[in-house]
Amino acid sequence: MVHEYEAVVVGAGGAGLYAALEASQKVQTAVLSKLYPMRSHTGAAQGGISAALGNLEEDDPDWHAFDTIKGGDYLTDQSSAVLLAEDAIRAVVDLENRGLPFNRTAEGKIDQRRFGGHTRNYGEEAVRRSCYAADRTGHMILQTLYQQCIKSEVSFFDEYHVVDAIIEGRRCAGVVAVELSTGEVHLFKAKAVLFATGGFGRMFQVTSNAYANTGDGPAVLARRGVPLEDMEFFQFHPTGIRGMGILITEGVRGEGGILRNRKGERFMERYTPTLLDLAPRDIVARSIISEIRAGRGALGDGSVDDYVLLDATHLGKDVIESKLPDIAEFCRTYLGIDPADRAIPVMPTAHYAMGGIPTDLDGRVLADERGNLYEGLYAAGECACVSVHGANRLGTNSLVDLVVYGRRAGISMGTYAQDNLFTPVPKDGDAEVRLFIEGLMNEKRKLHGDSIRREMQSVMMEKFGIYRNGTDMQHAVARLAELRNGFNEVGARFRGRRFNTDLTEIIELRNLLDLSFLTAHAALNRQESRGAHSREDFPDRDDKNWLKHSLIRFEGSGVSIGYRPVDISKWQPKPRKY
Amino acid sequence: MKVRIKIERFDPEQDNSPYFKEYAVEAEGTDRVLDLLMRIKREQDGSLAFRKSCAHGVCGSDAMRINSVERLACKTLVQDILKGEDEIIIIQPLRNLPVQKDLMVDQEEFFRRYRTVSPFLINDEKPLEGEYTQSPEERSRIDDATKCILCESCYSACPVIQGPNPHFLGPAQIVQAQRFNDDTRDRGFMRRLEALDTPDGAWSCENHFQCTRVCPRGIKVTKLINQTKREIKKFREKA
Repeated sequence: MVHEYEAVVVGAGGAGLYAALEASQKVQTAVLSKLYPMRSHTGAAQGGISAALGNLEEDDPDWHAFDTIKGGDYLTDQSSAVLLAEDAIRAVVDLENRGLPFNRTAEGKIDQRRFGGHTRNYGEEAVRRSCYAADRTGHMILQTLYQQCIKSEVSFFDEYHVVDAIIEGRRCAGVVAVELSTGEVHLFKAKAVLFATGGFGRMFQVTSNAYANTGDGPAVLARRGVPLEDMEFFQFHPTGIRGMGILITEGVRGEGGILRNRKGERFMERYTPTLLDLAPRDIVARSIISEIRAGRGALGDGSVDDYVLLDATHLGKDVIESKLPDIAEFCRTYLGIDPADRAIPVMPTAHYAMGGIPTDLDGRVLADERGNLYEGLYAAGECACVSVHGANRLGTNSLVDLVVYGRRAGISMGTYAQDNLFTPVPKDGDAEVRLFIEGLMNEKRKLHGDSIRREMQSVMMEKFGIYRNGTDMQHAVARLAELRNGFNEVGARFRGRRFNTDLTEIIELRNLLDLSFLTAHAALNRQESRGAHSREDFPDRDDKNWLKHSLIRFEGSGVSIGYRPVDISKWQPKPRKY
Repeated sequence: MKVRIKIERFDPEQDNSPYFKEYAVEAEGTDRVLDLLMRIKREQDGSLAFRKSCAHGVCGSDAMRINSVERLACKTLVQDILKGEDEIIIIQPLRNLPVQKDLMVDQEEFFRRYRTVSPFLINDEKPLEGEYTQSPEERSRIDDATKCILCESCYSACPVIQGPNPHFLGPAQIVQAQRFNDDTRDRGFMRRLEALDTPDGAWSCENHFQCTRVCPRGIKVTKLINQTKREIKKFREKA
């Protein structure tokens, strides 16, 4: 079936919904999502959304911008961070005005709490900047934006899985999607398309990410020749529930929780004496690994099962139940403990992609190193890289990113769609997808995707985790190439059309394999340590050679990598101490 | 240990009626029921259909009946429901919504009813600057209702929808209306009355408390419905 919408938004999390709200004010807009919008992973964000409101103590957007840049280990484009910090204030107030139930101060204002890497006066001490709704801030943002979309009568195509983009030269003309309930292939012609498909943490074995976080947007575009930016930077959140990877918000530490080793020591004193447990995530995650390697993990054997403890017992039941109720519930459900009585066993968990589809400040997708842009093609949220998080994102800034840059992209795509005509789509625009799916349904393709998926996830976890080294990565890149080739033998075991979730998972596996391959190549290529990318064979940051963004694209059976300068117009890079 | 699972299967395009299929999977007591379903799907039977996403009880995708009770498969551990060695886990789709395939139900009607309560903040007078003022006490009044993830467990468990009145608006829908009616920033009470103050609205609720019992977010659903009824009465008396 063929559809025509002036604007098409792919993905219904925070960025996609905000963009749709804005675009639909101007042009006829459709949102395509493989999940019901309320199931999007924005809803799993817990701790808060930062804005320098200064409701409890002095704060300044300039401090927020600086923290974001330093947190990103100076790979952050500084104008992106300045805009983010300034617009965060408007964005948070806007969400509140639209109904978001933030926790309140005694005076009835939005309450704020401390979070990792957010400081007063350029690093002096932790500042209360994170606006929050208990530990359900993402849930409330998702609810509020979806409610607003209902109010504005935005058109939704729920459970439509986008598997291809139509790109003619440098113009996007639409997308191709599979309707999950029927298996039918649909062609959506559009003047402007925005990808807001979220993260791809499912390339790793242990992750806080949802099953749905398979990087569909970046993978689809990469196969169509769009470069991806800074793919080597993937954040491990320091505190996932041991073994399961379920996120335990940094808000626990924001409220006063302390990381402890087997001796009960507050080990962050050794690594970041000023910010202690509220140092940025890359540093805390490495500190945990250092403790475990030194035999000071809870087990003390340094094994893959070893872990550390997140102690919130001193906060008291009242604080935990009022400010961290979901965390308490996760602990009861999955660990059988009450965090008011016992420390939580935690390990770093694969959490957030700093890299992704390169965009300018209006969500327009970059075509190359020189800054040329695609027309009618937009991206926002975790799948995008407006390069505001640099080499390591600060906690709460993902939600700020969604609402600030999701909105800007929506406004900009709306204007573009008003001023431009549809790009003609070739008659057989969806032929490739039909052929691809027929292929996957062919019984000659006997290999089951599960073994490939499992090996990909363990390779990524072991060789591209918190610490990396050249020799291991070299082997791993070769193995990932083999796994990618192996995909050509993978076929669906079930061949029905309706809700063929077997087929959906295979399509998602291909996306994860492609993004793993690009991530691995980008990581092997960058010969320095910066932010979340820590190489044992190149332990130092190297501004002379590597203060630059990478842009990676498929070329033949391999990749090619180019570079783009970092915007350091406001603050010169300095050594990063907390 | 080996765990036996019986799953109600149904593909309306192929099957005349639903039937049970039994599987056996290796499991730990601490595994989530969702982990077992994933294992079956990936290792034994790719045709099995169910929804899932976050896998830790916040997205609401995987509500289903587990041993006859509405639960989230990702928030239910094997040890929570299996007490003895020879027991079996029985999994069925939610009730009160048409089955699309196996454990997937058609959610359109649920969301259509949800939309009828105008589930969004209604207030034309925005603050001139900054946020609306709301005290912590006022905020805490809506706390319970804001937890709803629209997983449809309550809707499935509701004996009213199952029996006397299939047109009953639904427990989650009233919770969502109440979430705004009780919000000091909202002015949409009158508009929501159109859906709430009707025979199919809040008045259909017969206080069976099944919704409260199954809610995976621990929301006191029935209490909120009764609160809605009281507020409507109060409004009528005033009028």
